[in-house]
Parts: sequence; structure tokens; C-alpha cells
Amino acid sequence: MNLQGQYVKLHDMSLRDGMHAKRHQISLDEMVTIACALDAAGIPLIEVTHGDGLGGASVNYGFPAHTDEEYLGAVIPKMKQAKISALLLPGIGTVDHLKMAKDLGVATIRVATHCTEADVSEQHIRLARQMDMDTVGFLMMAHMATAEKLVEQARLMVSYGANCIYCTDSAGYMLPDEVTEKIGALRQALPTEIELGFHGHHNMAMGVANSLAAIEAGCARIDGSVAGLGAGAGNTPLEVLCAVLKRMDCDTGIDLYKMMDVAEDLITPMMDQPIRIDRDALTLGYAGVYSSFLLFAQRAQQKYGVAARDILVELGRRGTVGGQEDMIEDLALTMAKQRGLI
Amino acid sequence: MSKKLKAAIIGPGNIGTDLLMKMQRSEWIEPVWMVGIDPASEGLQRAAQMGIKTCATGVDGLLPHVIQDDIRVAFDATSAYVHAENSRKLNALGVIMIDLTPAAIGPYCVPPVNLADHAKNLEMNVNMVTCGGQATIPMVAAVSRVQAVAYGEIVATVSSRSVGPGTRQNIDEFTRTTAGAVEKVGGAKQGKAIIIINPAEPPLMMRDTIHCLTEEIPDQQAITESVHQMVAEVQKYVPGYRLVNGPIFDGKRVSCFMQVEGLGDFLPKYAGNLDIMTAASLRTAEMFAEEIAQGVISLPARQH
Repeated sequence: MNLQGQYVKLHDMSLRDGMHAKRHQISLDEMVTIACALDAAGIPLIEVTHGDGLGGASVNYGFPAHTDEEYLGAVIPKMKQAKISALLLPGIGTVDHLKMAKDLGVATIRVATHCTEADVSEQHIRLARQMDMDTVGFLMMAHMATAEKLVEQARLMVSYGANCIYCTDSAGYMLPDEVTEKIGALRQALPTEIELGFHGHHNMAMGVANSLAAIEAGCARIDGSVAGLGAGAGNTPLEVLCAVLKRMDCDTGIDLYKMMDVAEDLITPMMDQPIRIDRDALTLGYAGVYSSFLLFAQRAQQKYGVAARDILVELGRRGTVGGQEDMIEDLALTMAKQRGLI
Repeated sequence: MSKKLKAAIIGPGNIGTDLLMKMQRSEWIEPVWMVGIDPASEGLQRAAQMGIKTCATGVDGLLPHVIQDDIRVAFDATSAYVHAENSRKLNALGVIMIDLTPAAIGPYCVPPVNLADHAKNLEMNVNMVTCGGQATIPMVAAVSRVQAVAYGEIVATVSSRSVGPGTRQNIDEFTRTTAGAVEKVGGAKQGKAIIIINPAEPPLMMRDTIHCLTEEIPDQQAITESVHQMVAEVQKYVPGYRLVNGPIFDGKRVSCFMQVEGLGDFLPKYAGNLDIMTAASLRTAEMFAEEIAQGVISLPARQH
């Protein structure tokens, strides 16, 4: 694989996807310290939001330690070169949240839908473009749709005004060939001025390999997370990807040693649990289940005595999609009743 | 004189057609007119085959017949954009308006919670909130009638096939309207609504989760009783409304997990979200008719 001389924009997820792994309890101080260290390391784009995006504060997904306004308001004024992005899932967040984020100085908005439901993003993408934001259409659980379907859905988002389309492996299910096929199809179908991006999860240890396949197939942006702090077994570990890209002479503009230090000295010490491919995280990838279900399934196991793996496999069988966290306790109750546990 | 109130349905789409099929079984409401804007529409043709008068020139085409045909109630299943005009014109002729659009000019109506009040006050325009609201607000109210609810949150999960282009283009309207009604009708001090669209095949049945955070430690027995009573109330007009799990209690959190299966009249059974809208709308009109028959309220006077 030859990526020599190519530039790729790396986008850090530790302060947004990492919120899942921290049950949305990252402190303002931690947020600011980490964002500043990433800024100094040369990361161009950092996402800061509740794990489930703007407006995600809820019983269903978890109440955060601070509001989106507080996090964004604390981080954005401190940035010297990095831009801040925010995630928004229509059905959870609204255009009111989008306007708030814009007012606070968010540069990039990523409007996320399930990979077959892009048409719910129209009002949010249109408004973001009107407000002259870098506007990303973020197609989640991309393993659940064919390349043709992804192209169709991506075209919808582009028609609303998105200038970048993401293929999002929310379950960490995809293998490199699938990434190559899907990114290749998107690259071929969409105008060259539309950028492509890939967001991976490391549940099958494919984060780095999938990201390389994505760059080779035409992605200009890659998501990862320092020390992998993210849902499930985490995102593509960004300092590892940085090192690999450096060895391949692929340009990221990032200081590798500074990234290693953020991972080791700031992120790892604040982890509530090791971010690793344990039995349940592996099940997410293997069964194709939304990565942020992990801690919910483990809590349901604690409470109702049904193995998290059994719950996750059944959620995969039922075709659950991102955001259906409420299904986990419901299903655990049903399974516990069937097994005579309650 | 028949006790039945004569009705017009505006909007011959899936919702309007399902409503018509339900209405044909009603003891209190008699469907007379189906109003559309496209003479070639399948919905108008279906209605005509079912022996219903049709017009393809919108509400204006219906107006000359309102008095002669004694139309007393109209169901608007069009869009928020045209509802205000439809309502103004028909209200002026003394027609009670049941609003299935998100326009919400009139007060929100969730039958087992506040329909009786609206009927007694002869509200001339009532709004049916959203599908998610109809499926969940009764449960919020079941908790809030026992003790104060600081926060009510609902998650509605619906099949991709059952969500039309109107809802998709303005999904924020769903979350805002539903959250507002969780407060106003459900009785929660603060409301939040989330909608998830799932494309699985075969399509999944509508499911809803209701979380309430009570101000004080919840009275488990009283809330459980109240929830079961409320489920039975909704089942009177949506037999497939089912409490799958709960109420479960965790500190001050009370959670109920529901499934809504439709009757499968015109809409498929999985589309419980659409069925509960048409069923609740018809139930609303029936309550007005019952109150009129019992002399509790009187219809606006008309010269014959």
C-alpha cells in the first residue's frame, strides 16, 4: 500500500465517543486539559459533545457531568489551531442545539443518521450549510447497508448540502475489504469536491487496518481516539494510527511523541475501565451491534443476571440500530423472565 | 334522529383511509365525506368504492355540503401548513375539528388523560399530538397522578416503513411537540422526547419506553396500580397496546416498556404508531358524540 506524500486529516473522538466509555462524566477540567494537549500536538479537529451528540443528555443515554454548552464554552476559547466539531443525531438533538453550537464557535457539525435513514437529516444539514459550517453527513452502522444503498443515502445528504460524507463502522464489524468496497463506491459516485471520511471501532482489532484501507480508497478524513477512548473496545487508537502513517510517509501534520504522551499521561489514567477487546466488546464487533450498548449490557447483566454477551447477540439478531439503548433493559427483563431469574 | 355524528375526513392518504375503515365500525360516528385535492388519488377512489361521498377540490369543495349533510365533526389528516385554514373555515360552520397534523392550534388531546375535559368544554379544535405522544403520555400521566414527576422522557422506536416523508423532513417537530405534551398533558415538570427509526425487515412493531423521575421516592404499589389501570384505558381503543415490562423502579426512576400493535385495518399491524393516532382521533370524536347524546353538551346551533 502506498500512501506516501498523501495528506489525511485526523479527527479526535476521545472527548465525544470517549464520553460513552466515561458514562458522560468527563470533567470540564479534563476536557480542557486534553483538548489543549491535542491542540498542541497538532490535531486539526476535535469533537466535543455528549456521547450521543448534542441534546443526548437523558435517562436513556445518561446525564452528563456538564451540559454541551458548558463543555463547548470551556474548550473552544482555549484552542490555538484546532477546530471543534459537534455531533448531532436527528431524533435526539434539534436545530436549536445546532444553533447553540454554532454560536459557541463549533466549526464542523456532523449530522448522524442510521445508514438507511438519511432523509431525516435534511433540516439540520440545510441549516448548517446556511450557517456556513463544515457540514458532514455521518452514515452510522454502515455495515447494515450495501454499497449501493450507502451511495443512494450519501447522495441525499449531499443534495441537502453536506460537503463531506462519512462511512461509520459504529459496530466495529467491518473488515478491510468491505471498507475498500464501500469507500470506493462512494468515491466513484460522489463529486470530487465532496470529501469522504471513515469512523472505526476497534472491536475486531481492525481500527488501524480499516483506516488504512479507507485512506487508500479515497478518504480524506479519519476518526480515531487517543488511547482508543471510545465506545466498545474504543475507536481506532489515534497515536497508533499516527505512528503507522508516519512510517508510511503519509502526512498528518501531527507530532507523534506528543500524541503518545497525551495517550499515556492524560487519557489512560482517567479510564474507568481498561479500553480493550474483552468478551463483550468482541461480541459487539462479531454480532454487529452498536458499540455504545456495551456498558448498558454489562449493567443489565449485573442487575438481572443475564450474560451481556447473550443480550448483545440477541440485540444484533433483532436488527437494533444506534440509539436503541432503551431496548437493552427491556430485553434483559424479558430474557430474565424467560429464564426464571425474576 | 340518529345519535351518530356525521363526519368528514380531510386527507385521503394512509391515515385518512385507516380512519375511514375504523369509523365504519363506530356506533357514534358516521363517515360521510372524504376530501382530497387529487381526483386521481387512490384514497378518494377507495372511499368512493366504500360508498362515501368524495370531493377533490379541498375543504372549499366540502363547505357547500356541510349544513345540508349535517357534518358535525371533521378529521384533518393533511399537513400543518393547510390545517389552520381548514379549521377556520369548518369551525365557522360549527364543525368540531380533530387535528391529526402537527399544527396544534387547539389544545393537545390524549384521550384517557384529558379528553373528558375537552368534551365537556366543547373545544372546537383539539390536536392529537404525535404518535409517540399518544403511546407514551398516558404512562407519564399514570405516574404523575400518583405523585409529582420532575422529569418525563419518552423514547419512541418505529419502523422505517411507517414514517412518512412529512415526519422525516421535520423530525424536530416530533421531538418538540411530544416533549411539550409530556409536560402539558403528561404532567411532568420537564419533558424530553426521542424518536428512533429502525429499518429492520420484517418491520418491527412500534415500541416505546417511558422514564419518569419522581420528586420523592416512588410509591411502587400505587404507581404499579395506576399504570395497569391506564393501560386498560388505552386498550379500550387500541387493543394491541401492551405493557411488555415494568413499571420497574430504580431510585426515583420509574420505567415502562410498551409495545403497540395496530389493528391492521388499512395500515399494517406493525404500524402501531399510526394506528394509535387514528384510533385516538376516533375515540375523541366518539366522546364528543356520547356527551352530546347524554345532553352534557350541545352542538353549535344551526338553522335547518
